[in-house]
Amino acid sequence: MTVPAGSIHGVLGLSGAGKSTLLKCIARLETSDAGEISVAGSDWTRLGNAALRRERGKMGIVFQQLHLLSSRTVAANIALPLELHGGRKSENADRVAELLEWFGIADKARDYPAQLSGGQRQRVALARALATRPRVLLADEPTSALDPETRLSVLNTLQGIRDKLGVSILIITHDLRSAAAICDSITVLDAGRVVETGVAAHVLHHPETDVTRRLVFHDESPSDARSLVQPAHFEEIGLL
Amino acid sequence: MTDLVPVLLGATGQTLTMVAVSVLLCVILGLAFGSWLAVTSPQGIAPSPAVHQLLAAFANISRSIPFLVLIVLLLPLTRFLVGTSIGTAAAIIPLVVGGTPYAARLVEAALLDVDPGLIQAVVTLGASPSQAVWKVYFPEAVPGLIRAFTVLAITMINFSAMAGAVGGGGLGDLAIRYGYQRFRLDVLVACCVILILLVQCIQLSGNTLARRLDHR
Repeated sequence: MTVPAGSIHGVLGLSGAGKSTLLKCIARLETSDAGEISVAGSDWTRLGNAALRRERGKMGIVFQQLHLLSSRTVAANIALPLELHGGRKSENADRVAELLEWFGIADKARDYPAQLSGGQRQRVALARALATRPRVLLADEPTSALDPETRLSVLNTLQGIRDKLGVSILIITHDLRSAAAICDSITVLDAGRVVETGVAAHVLHHPETDVTRRLVFHDESPSDARSLVQPAHFEEIGLL
Repeated sequence: MTDLVPVLLGATGQTLTMVAVSVLLCVILGLAFGSWLAVTSPQGIAPSPAVHQLLAAFANISRSIPFLVLIVLLLPLTRFLVGTSIGTAAAIIPLVVGGTPYAARLVEAALLDVDPGLIQAVVTLGASPSQAVWKVYFPEAVPGLIRAFTVLAITMINFSAMAGAVGGGGLGDLAIRYGYQRFRLDVLVACCVILILLVQCIQLSGNTLARRLDHR
């Protein structure tokens, strides 16, 4: 499985398909028994602890539960990865200000995460993930817990991150509609194996395996899902 | 009764001294000891069964000795450190030795109460184990730690009452000597009322502080 630079790639699968395990392997929270995981050219499976910690700055991760620090303000949360990787305080502060502005949460800088709405928290998590200017963004179920309106705005934001910052994005999800709306290519997992992979519209319109058919047709409104991959919808979603 | 006001005040002062000094030392030692317990525990950031078992065994041994027996056992150490085995200062040694393992266990529980997912997330941001401890475990556990130290302070008041056995003085000692042995029911009641007020004050300020610092 390869995520081309500057693309948005979706990993789909029913529950138990191995999506979370894949995420943990890529994030090196689990060590894989075999195989190779390369991020921006370096094989993470071969890195020692110290080298891995430095390389981690090249990949941003947004977790399903976001995992923001409740003891830190929004600005301090975004500054955390910068602090961990060293860097001068004034430069870090500038970077945080830039991100706060970019994500439209500058007025929330001194608030604590608990005071924010779900969509705002999601943006803080995205800003934190992008603080170290990573080449790759890993998003675990970025839209599953959100209401339709917030979901659309998060999808917009993700597209903006790819288009304006050139970050490659890997989205792990069971939410077919979100995947259909923004993914360029899609990989379908089943029982820990890749069963199908290719251009998003092709995989979703011409599913070749039972698992993909089940994903596509068991979705609450399959016709809707199909309409989402029409080019017209891309424009409707628009950019930032 | 009025003749005993200075005695009561003196005893309250002795209790406060014993509790304040021993809680302060127990908090410092408990934080060090307890964070090692948490870090090396199976759910910790750097699991090490051997180190964890050793620390846990040490904590359990000193917690399994009744406090009154501990005071007697520690008499030589107290004499060595304080120069005497009698008095308020001398009572602080067994209080610290008895209270530290308890504080360590409370600190361990408070630290392990921090969401393991949060720790994992910060590791993926590039945190080393020591950065995870200083930037996540401790700051995130602050409300839990305040609550733990509130419990510790109240337990130390209880323990300090036994310090009368080495002439440590304090309200517990006064209650036994005047209230019980000299049949002064008024002193007994006064001592209890002061102790109740002390505990209420500590619990109330602990709760308030924990709530203030809790941003969840």
